[in-house]
Amino acid sequence: MKLSHIDKLESESIHIIREVASEFVNPVMLYSIGKDSSVMLHLAQKAFYPSKIPFKLMHIDTTWKFKEMINFRDDIAKKYNLDLLVHINQEGVLNNINPISSGSKVHTDVMKTQSLIQALDKYKFDAAFGGARRDEEKSRAKERIFSFRDKKNRWDPKNQKPELWNLFNTKIDQGESVRVFPLSNWTEIDIWQYIYQENIPLVPLYFSKIRPIIRRNDMMIMVDDDRLKIKENEKIEQKKVRFRTLGCYPLTAAVESDASTVEEIIIELLESKYSERQGRLIDNDQIGSMEKKKQEGYF
Amino acid sequence: MDIETFFQNQNSKKQLRILTCGSVDDGKSTLIGRLLFDSKNIYSDQLSQIKIESEKYGTQGKQIDLALLIDGLQAEREQGITIDVAYRYFETEKCKFIIADTPGHEEYTRNMVTGASSSDVGIILVDATKGILDQTKRHTFILSLLGIENIIVAVNKMDLINYDEKKFKDIIASFKNFAGEFNFNLQKFIPISALVGDNVFQKNTNISWYNEKSLIDELEGISLNEPLEEEIFSLPVQFVNRLSSDFRGYSGTITSGKIKINNEVHVFSSKEKIKIIKILTPKGESEFAVKGQAVTLTFDKEVDISRGDLLCSVKNHNYFLSDQFASHIIWMNKEQMIPERNYIFKFINFQTIGKITDLVHKININSFEKIASKFLNLNEIGYAKVALNKNTIFNTYKNNKKLGSFVIIDQFNNQTVGAGVIEHELRRASNISWHQMSINKNLRSSINGQKPCVLWFTGLSGSGKSTIANIIEQKLHKIGKHTYLLDGDNVRHGLNKDLGFTDVDRVENIRRISEVSRLMVDAGLITIVSFISPFKSERKMARELVESEEFIEIYVDTPIEECEKRDPKGLYKKARSGKLKNFTGIDSNYEIPSSPEIILETKIKSAEELADEVILYLKQYNKI
Repeated sequence: MKLSHIDKLESESIHIIREVASEFVNPVMLYSIGKDSSVMLHLAQKAFYPSKIPFKLMHIDTTWKFKEMINFRDDIAKKYNLDLLVHINQEGVLNNINPISSGSKVHTDVMKTQSLIQALDKYKFDAAFGGARRDEEKSRAKERIFSFRDKKNRWDPKNQKPELWNLFNTKIDQGESVRVFPLSNWTEIDIWQYIYQENIPLVPLYFSKIRPIIRRNDMMIMVDDDRLKIKENEKIEQKKVRFRTLGCYPLTAAVESDASTVEEIIIELLESKYSERQGRLIDNDQIGSMEKKKQEGYF
Repeated sequence: MDIETFFQNQNSKKQLRILTCGSVDDGKSTLIGRLLFDSKNIYSDQLSQIKIESEKYGTQGKQIDLALLIDGLQAEREQGITIDVAYRYFETEKCKFIIADTPGHEEYTRNMVTGASSSDVGIILVDATKGILDQTKRHTFILSLLGIENIIVAVNKMDLINYDEKKFKDIIASFKNFAGEFNFNLQKFIPISALVGDNVFQKNTNISWYNEKSLIDELEGISLNEPLEEEIFSLPVQFVNRLSSDFRGYSGTITSGKIKINNEVHVFSSKEKIKIIKILTPKGESEFAVKGQAVTLTFDKEVDISRGDLLCSVKNHNYFLSDQFASHIIWMNKEQMIPERNYIFKFINFQTIGKITDLVHKININSFEKIASKFLNLNEIGYAKVALNKNTIFNTYKNNKKLGSFVIIDQFNNQTVGAGVIEHELRRASNISWHQMSINKNLRSSINGQKPCVLWFTGLSGSGKSTIANIIEQKLHKIGKHTYLLDGDNVRHGLNKDLGFTDVDRVENIRRISEVSRLMVDAGLITIVSFISPFKSERKMARELVESEEFIEIYVDTPIEECEKRDPKGLYKKARSGKLKNFTGIDSNYEIPSSPEIILETKIKSAEELADEVILYLKQYNKI
């Protein structure tokens, strides 16, 4: 029997997840509701089958996620009987931080990065799984699978510990932590292929449907609730769209698409010319912006 | 395209992990950029961003600088060099590739080793205008050390030498000349130009004299060894699944061979034989499983198996259970490797304290010469003997890469400081066993109504260690206790007269003192040790040699200004004037103890009062 490329990736990820469960005292899996998180969750279930996942899941809720994402999250938690924490940066809520008037940079910093750090400190997690992949973005291509964070949750790209074979350095001091990326070596097409083969449930926003959108900064933004104020020169259109990645709805661009099944998405992806992070407004703030965010503690 | 055909194609693609290496300007990043570009694995928005950045940082004039696709970190884009390992992904009709892009500079050897550790194939780039360089030799050596069986030597920048066949052949000849001894399974030479794309994907008429495969065809053609029929089954136990009360399974990734339901396997540590009842693979319950799969197994009986153990074939297995082995070690940290210092050794499913007892030689990685040395510096490779505190299950790297490799971690700053590949087991440990004598330390010390222990004084020179230690010994003697005082200066006149004051010698000095004090404790004595002992790791080593309640660390806390003022031996003066090198507190570091049993502050109390504090401590803890 020969293992396929996907089989190898699957076993590698399971190995990483089990290693964390063996070596850390209080790990947590960051669950962002997106497709990569769904795959990661699926792999964690396999790693410990027939037992339950022996750690908590956590969602950092910016309060600006699509409504469908939140519904999906709650359904999945119930269906699989997951131990799910939801954390919101209440300080940010009090100061009315939002992606529209505060801007994407401040919103992401306060409601995602700061919020994540708050939650990690609050629950004293020593390892946090994230669903990031190396093919997503250039600075992620250089990050270790076990990526060390100091007491202030910072990443130091120039001082990463060498990572050889599949021997992972799990030694940390009190207050320090590790971010672990079991999907490091998966590509976008691998993720979709796996979702198809394993029949992994996804948020319906990934699939094409007629949705209300406006056009802003050359991007199509979905009108998910009345917090998105429509400007005079904008008008709501009904378009057949879907999302390649999911984040805060005013920061996530829709793409026009007819793909309404996983098969159709894969075919679309094979023919597409644009990479997936293109739908994310936050990466384009400045050259090297993802690397800066990661140094500050972003996933 | 029809989706089922697509998946069939995807599932028939093999995965190949490749590493590109070569000297600094040999064009590695350009080659990888070319591979991504020609395999159409670059999206148009990425390309447009690269166009913007090419104008800002590019080195190719108005042309798109393909290297910018690769050099991910901003600092690198600005400096134009690759400083870390980056992983890239692309696929062709037949293959899915994972490329480790590693830096060429000598100071980044450790990054190259990192990239090589998980690669199946190494592409060694040679700049046709420069020929074989020291870096070429170094990288070839590292590939061979890390057991990479397939290498492709890509002679790049052929466009700059007018596709000269003779120059290409000269380069091949000089490569074969030095690499003859390395025994790669596959070794190919291809003339290419990454910049224009010659022979990377497409064969090119520019090089009409070259009739063999292009680089990508050669890569696609490489077949990786699948597990043989008779290969020994091995599974290092990673995780014990007892999370629900009615289930007990053992999880891990199979590192060699295969298994079927009802097979008997051997629990390595206990030698018990058990029968496999269930195999849970990622694809569900299965009749069998093979190398590379992460599985959970259940057995016919309950036995004691924990993380760190190994399940393997009953017959003909070739694993060792030992605490010593010989290995090649690559040092990866700025702080040099010191023999006899305790480090953490991490294996695939187990970690333990151990030390490098003996550096047999280090290797000049440019000329492959063996050089005598006591220690290893950053990026140096040596051949050494390793002794662990616990018996560990391992194999040679040649037999099983996963069970023959380890990393070395610093106990205090948690850095990964080195990596090693096991060459063979050393049997010395099992031959010399500890003699069990009939009179033991409890019997010896009970005669005097005392419990043996080590009073380990540490502190700067002139802090007052010896003065206080001496008073304590007198006081203990008066009340009829048997003691022995080991003083730094006195021991250096005899037992340790061959040692100087470099970091390496200081470590050896303390190691010998620790062993001597262990014997003294075994003899039933209250052993008083008075040494500067500046390093945490050596004090920890001394502590670990005796029972935990037998070691009492006493930090004599005197500020350096005070010591320098006292300067009873005139040593600070000498050190300040440069006549004395490696003097603790001046040009050699003193690491303050983080949790000593006793702290004596000499600025507040007299030596007499401080000695009484220690006596009181001994009474409180029933030592006397």
